[in-house]
Amino acid sequence: MAPSRSFFMCSSGTVRRLPKFHKKGTAMFDKILIANRGEIACRVIKTARKMGIKTVAIYSDADKNALHVEMADEAVHIGPPPANQSYIVIDKVMDAIKKSGAQAVHPGYGFLSENAKFAEALEAAGVAFIGPPKGAIEAMGDKITSKKIAQEADVSTVPGYMGLIEDADEAVKISNEIGYPVMIKASAGGGGKGMRIAWNDEECREGFQSSKNEAANSFGDDRIFIEKFVTQPRHIEIQVLCDAHGNGIYLNERECSIQRRNQKVVEEAPSPFLDEATRKAMGEQSVALAKAVGYTSAGTVEFIVDGDKNFYFLEMNTRLQVEHPVTELITGVDLVEQMIRVANGEPLNITQDDVQINGWAIENRLYAEDPYRNFLPSIGRLTRYRPPAEGELGDGIVRNDTGVYEGGEISMYYDPMIAKLCTWAPTREGAIEVMRNALDSFEVEGIGHNLPFVAAVMDHPKFISGDMTTAFIAEEYPDGFEGVSLAQDELRRVAAAAAAMNRVAEIRRARISGRLDNHERRVGEDWVVTLKGGVPGEDVPWPVKIEADQEGSNVKFEDGKTLRVEGNWTPGDSLAHMMVDGAPLVLKVDKATQGFRLRTRGADLRAHIRTPRQAELAALMPEKLPPDTSKMLLCPMPGLIVKVDVAEGDEVQEGQALCTVEAMKMENILRAERKGVVSKINAAAGDSLAVDDVIMEFE
Amino acid sequence: MKDILAELQDRRENARLGGGQKRIDAQHGRGKLTARERIDLLLDEGSFEEYDTFVAHRCTDFGMEKNRPYGDGVVTGWGTINGRMVYVFSQDFTVLGGSVSATHAAKICKIMDMAMQNGAPVIGINDSGGARIQEGVDSLAGYGEVFQRNIMASGVVPQISLIMGPCAGGAVYSPAMTDFIFMVKDSSYMFVTGPDVVKTVTNEQVTAEELGGASTHTKKSSVADGAFENDVEAIAEVRRLVDFLPSSNREKPPVRPFFDDVDRIETSLDTLVPENPNTPYDMKELINKIADEGDFYEIQEDFAKNIITGFIRLEGQTVGVVANQPLVLAGVLDIDSARKAARFVRFCDAFEIPILSLVDVPGFLPGTGQEYRGVIKHGAKLLFAYGEATVPKVTLITRKSYGGAYVVMASKHLRADVNYAWPTSEIAVMGAKGATEIIHRADLGDPEKIAAHTAEYEDRFANPFVAAERGFIDEVIQPRSTRKRVARAFAMLRGKKQSMPWKKHDNIPL
Repeated sequence: MAPSRSFFMCSSGTVRRLPKFHKKGTAMFDKILIANRGEIACRVIKTARKMGIKTVAIYSDADKNALHVEMADEAVHIGPPPANQSYIVIDKVMDAIKKSGAQAVHPGYGFLSENAKFAEALEAAGVAFIGPPKGAIEAMGDKITSKKIAQEADVSTVPGYMGLIEDADEAVKISNEIGYPVMIKASAGGGGKGMRIAWNDEECREGFQSSKNEAANSFGDDRIFIEKFVTQPRHIEIQVLCDAHGNGIYLNERECSIQRRNQKVVEEAPSPFLDEATRKAMGEQSVALAKAVGYTSAGTVEFIVDGDKNFYFLEMNTRLQVEHPVTELITGVDLVEQMIRVANGEPLNITQDDVQINGWAIENRLYAEDPYRNFLPSIGRLTRYRPPAEGELGDGIVRNDTGVYEGGEISMYYDPMIAKLCTWAPTREGAIEVMRNALDSFEVEGIGHNLPFVAAVMDHPKFISGDMTTAFIAEEYPDGFEGVSLAQDELRRVAAAAAAMNRVAEIRRARISGRLDNHERRVGEDWVVTLKGGVPGEDVPWPVKIEADQEGSNVKFEDGKTLRVEGNWTPGDSLAHMMVDGAPLVLKVDKATQGFRLRTRGADLRAHIRTPRQAELAALMPEKLPPDTSKMLLCPMPGLIVKVDVAEGDEVQEGQALCTVEAMKMENILRAERKGVVSKINAAAGDSLAVDDVIMEFE
Repeated sequence: MKDILAELQDRRENARLGGGQKRIDAQHGRGKLTARERIDLLLDEGSFEEYDTFVAHRCTDFGMEKNRPYGDGVVTGWGTINGRMVYVFSQDFTVLGGSVSATHAAKICKIMDMAMQNGAPVIGINDSGGARIQEGVDSLAGYGEVFQRNIMASGVVPQISLIMGPCAGGAVYSPAMTDFIFMVKDSSYMFVTGPDVVKTVTNEQVTAEELGGASTHTKKSSVADGAFENDVEAIAEVRRLVDFLPSSNREKPPVRPFFDDVDRIETSLDTLVPENPNTPYDMKELINKIADEGDFYEIQEDFAKNIITGFIRLEGQTVGVVANQPLVLAGVLDIDSARKAARFVRFCDAFEIPILSLVDVPGFLPGTGQEYRGVIKHGAKLLFAYGEATVPKVTLITRKSYGGAYVVMASKHLRADVNYAWPTSEIAVMGAKGATEIIHRADLGDPEKIAAHTAEYEDRFANPFVAAERGFIDEVIQPRSTRKRVARAFAMLRGKKQSMPWKKHDNIPL
């Protein structure tokens, strides 16, 4: 059975209520302050509102018009845009608490959420912290201490030897104790230097020596340690929830293996990898660890899991995680509500037995990062922001946690996250399919974003099979993301839809006023569709014949195949919800000469729809290759040239500053990527440039 | 009889081959289409009615009498674009290099005369080596006849020029006098004197592309209104443009069925103007969000980007848009932007196209660069154009509207019909800082006092209400409801009649 629909209708502010609470001690808070911004502040406000608690937002200058400020009952200004002058200045937050009279504070994630001093300040002021006690924050905040505590609590940790290793013999001895494969690491190491993986004694001896030499040369510090090398590592974490009365439960796991440079991109619950026994073992150890540090509130214990389902403790996050919605979707538990109740001194009203796994949930993080430009952060105005409707979609559910709105700004000062799009369905395949459809109808314009990339991941065979490791992105996209090419059948569906849509547009064109009576233009049935997506060979023309009727059209292809296209797209609609060949197809549509730009499933296609004669003549047009930009310095963002540091004829060294571009009040120094001679300078200080304008050229 | 019919067929086929398959292949080899292929793309399928198929030149010098191909290097006639009539001439580079003879010119003149008489646009496709040298002054006379008709037709029927090959020497002056010029990148160029003459006279080394290619004319000289990747795209975009234009000055612009809500609310416009008055924003977002279906046809996109000109539709009806662009030079008016916008305004006025002006202008660009080149007279062009225009004029001030530029940008004082302002607008003689430094010159040494005076000035004048109190602004409107308010204003003005005192013609400061 699907979880109650209302729980996921976050925009309506109604969340499924848990069984009536037996109140112990104090009455519920009247007012809480959310010491955060963006989507998480909005998320907390929704639950607080549902619980009848008033909310106070804090905001910096950059967030004056932010969604969380609008949603909260009150808002207190706390300083200039940089977080270190506003959101993480404890004194300023304490002032805001005093000013607003809030009785409790939810810290969200990031900022002050794992700051023991903040918890201490709140305690001193008699304000409840909606999070764990300061002791637990401190204990888990230090890598070495937390590992020690974990070991003492019998939590599985990565086996290793932290002491100094004298010689190769000792290294072999230790490695045998740990068990191969092992990682030999320089204490001072970094960036892969002084790091070796050994699978046997021989490799261990060699590795030890070379690591030591490399470490001595690179860092002037040849201390070496050895730990277990985890093969096929996956990042799986356990959600725990504890109260102040000694109760603790785990709410299953989340799999977060799809990461880019340690930044999670896709998360899901449950994990496609764990079995019940492993889940139970991980869960119980996590609760044991939480209890060992006197933990209360929601927390997350992160593990690294190898291909044989051996799991090792990494760290504990003493806060609400970004990816908590997937847990909420499969358990029906509102984690924020639980945190607030725990902070209010109430005992947990859920037992471990109450926690079930209902269906499957996936989260995609939409970041303002341009996947085609090596995920360069892209800030600016959201000229268009239309998320898919929350609630039921097919036999699944869509939930979108966001802190932005159309016309809002993605600022350079904070995390470039636009939204967390989550889907739920009874099965994993179902949740992925709902996610694909939700992504297809998610409109974000004005800034670069990773929507095409996550759409590509949703269609990646490795992801679909559930067989992924934390190296997924690095291995599957070694040269970065270059777009998606659709399978032939899918392209044919897009071609059919494009032909039908174009016919609608052409018929409208032919209905303009002022026509010569009796000599009107007749829109024909024969068209030629080409779809170009940057992948060679993809733009083979598809000649089609369109036979339209009242409900839609039959698009007949040359090979005899006919696809039925239905849909009520009209010119100007930016989204086309079509039924093609009996299956839904959602296209993002932009106008373009003789056709459209169409986006679906992460693919970005330029569709030309021409009459046979137009197509015949278009085929005579020379293919113009994009100019070779390898010897040019292009402006990476719209901005103002503040300074040009070189002159024509100058020889520049790799890394040398070439010019400074000011964008969004930030000065960006553009540097030479390689050695070269400046042959031409096209811009001077004071010029304002667009993206990809050529600033200078090299010989 | 049969033989006669067959002979006509033969002759036609002969004419259609132009300069023969070899030359056609060479034309394709240059990435160019032939004259007839271009017409095929321009007009609705099967709608072309060709005239003067069998015209041949009458020159007998230099052995020309032995080479008298049908059509004489230009294909002429009429057809329809989405069912609306247009006249077209298309020079055929495969026939005598498309060179202009007396008869070639006469063919063009014939359809231009028809166009003026019958009220339909003329579209000229230029691809010609220039004057037919063998004909001497006859050829020049031909050009002259065409020029005279360009002048006569100006303001009577829209004239559009497509430059799809060479267009050099005197030949450039025919397109120069038409309403719009479009070029094809890499395969077209226009100049009065070519690179060889330039080198001889001035010693300048320059390629044809640098001297007169599409990039030069769209970005530097502003001779061309747009450039496209190839022939097919260029012609498709001209079809799109024709859909915006009336057939003649005797008719209203066409109306196209539309699929957009007239009352569409755009909440995002409430945050379009940034908090900081010195932060730029993209005026094109406003244009797109006002327009039916976000459809905007920009004219001179690459030139004087501090002002935007182009066509949109509101309720299916064509509206010309002139908008300051804060993204470029803060949207300041200067020689180039004033010239660009003035010409556009006059086109709209000539053809009964209502004008929407979107204003965020800090003033005129100062400096010797501007004054020496005559910003006074060039700036006056825009002022003059707005003031003489009798079409419906709706103006919206979004932010700054300072000084003389306030008056120029279709203010109430220039007979604009409806003047709206967003609450974010500042209508004043100048920015608060500058004004304070003049009014309170005595306090210049005291930064605190100056700051206080500045704040006082801002309070008093950095808003739309002083102007609204005087009726210079008809209403201060919510940004989110701009589309609805603007559309309703133009709807209200559909019956507008306004005239100028009788005169032979005005004397706009050229």
